[in-house]
Amino acid sequence: MMKPRIILDSKHFEITVTRLCYQLIEVHNDFSNTVIIGLQPRGIFLAKRIQKKLQEILKKKDIKCGSLDITFYRDDFRKKELVPNRTEIDFIIEDKNVIMVDDVLFTGRTIRAGLDAMLAFGRPNDVELLVLIDRRLSRHLPIQAKYIGKTIDSIASERVVVEWNESDGKDKVTLLTNEN
Amino acid sequence: MTNLSTKHLLGIKDLTADDIHLILNTAENFKDVINRPIKRVPSLRDITIANLFFENSTRTKLSFELAEKRLSADVVNFAASSSSVKKGETLIDTVNNILAMKVDMVVMRHPNPGAAVFLSKHIDAKIVNAGDGAHEHPTQALLDAFSIREKLGNLKGKKIAIVGDILHSRVALSNIFCLQKMGAEVMVCGPTTLMPKYIHSLGVKVEHNLRKALEWCDVANMLRIQLERQDIKYFPSLREYTMLFGLNKDLLDSLAKKIIIMHPGPINRGVEITSDVADSDQSIILDQVENGVAVRMAVLFLLAGRA
Repeated sequence: MMKPRIILDSKHFEITVTRLCYQLIEVHNDFSNTVIIGLQPRGIFLAKRIQKKLQEILKKKDIKCGSLDITFYRDDFRKKELVPNRTEIDFIIEDKNVIMVDDVLFTGRTIRAGLDAMLAFGRPNDVELLVLIDRRLSRHLPIQAKYIGKTIDSIASERVVVEWNESDGKDKVTLLTNEN
Repeated sequence: MTNLSTKHLLGIKDLTADDIHLILNTAENFKDVINRPIKRVPSLRDITIANLFFENSTRTKLSFELAEKRLSADVVNFAASSSSVKKGETLIDTVNNILAMKVDMVVMRHPNPGAAVFLSKHIDAKIVNAGDGAHEHPTQALLDAFSIREKLGNLKGKKIAIVGDILHSRVALSNIFCLQKMGAEVMVCGPTTLMPKYIHSLGVKVEHNLRKALEWCDVANMLRIQLERQDIKYFPSLREYTMLFGLNKDLLDSLAKKIIIMHPGPINRGVEITSDVADSDQSIILDQVENGVAVRMAVLFLLAGRA
């Protein structure tokens, strides 16, 4: 039996996303030289949400947001089944500041693959990482996020489930613990 | 469905419709990859692939090699003409020697039907059949299906005519299996002498009049006359064959609808198809070649991903 514990409900979810947007604006001003790249499959929901919110706050329509699939760059290929998704980056990332977005930062391996995959599109000036949930005790690689929605302490056997209005009907983050 | 039901790609006959869908969908992602400025992905970084070509090939060999390199696999090439096969070594011995050098996958073309199946039973590596005699050429059928799907959106209910030397063509057999599994209707068209004896058992329509076949179909796949496999004369002369079964612009333009023209290559211009047809806007011959790399990347990726 998995016992669920709510980490973010829909209200806090909204507050957290808004706070992340203001943190981004502090560093990137009007986003004229900055682009957002969400990692497939679950990072794109957060990336799109942040793009929408930023466009509302900054009152501009041209904040660029792409999606990046990392299946072919993973190091655990052959250890589990992987389904590729679409990569859509219809802008140039050469010399841009890139904000890489994912929902949960766990081992860091996805981000490592993401950095690798991104280089196929050019050489960005600067890359930052934004995540909704940072499971800080579970890292396998020296990778840290610059912008974090919420940091949690969890062990490897626990699971973090992020639900999105767009795909699951509600915004919610839950921690599932295995009860023996 | 995220995994193939088979360990090797020996022929389309062993694949399920789900397998074919999976390969074509994965190939779409790879088509995306090979149109990027950096066309290489590191997926097969730790895999070594041997290309064993016991029969001549330009397109298929190049296409496989490019696919392998774009997946970052290590590639070793082998051509029978310059090897110990000439000194009397058997197929199993040759392959086992290559495998002793730690090769994970083998891509093989061989003049004998069933060579790939035979190999898969005796050695411990993943086998991809790149053509075995007049039996099967699975990756060609997959790339043809991919190209049709790309052009028409779907294969279900589409009508495809395969025209020419059906008897000696592995492309024809693999295409028939593949298209039928994807829900398309298949007609074969050619002289009676170039029809296999049991063609009706495959559930395809048979037609001996090119115009009727073209009027029926949405896509025409024009095959080459495989003179190198023809031990006896199957028709009086090439000229007569061309008059009856060659596709020219006048014939193409006289059809009520615009059909798609395919050819697995190499083309004998002026025999089965004239230059102005091969180079017309209805022809997708070069798309087929481009898609070939993406489809082969998908096949290698999915097979390597299987434990």
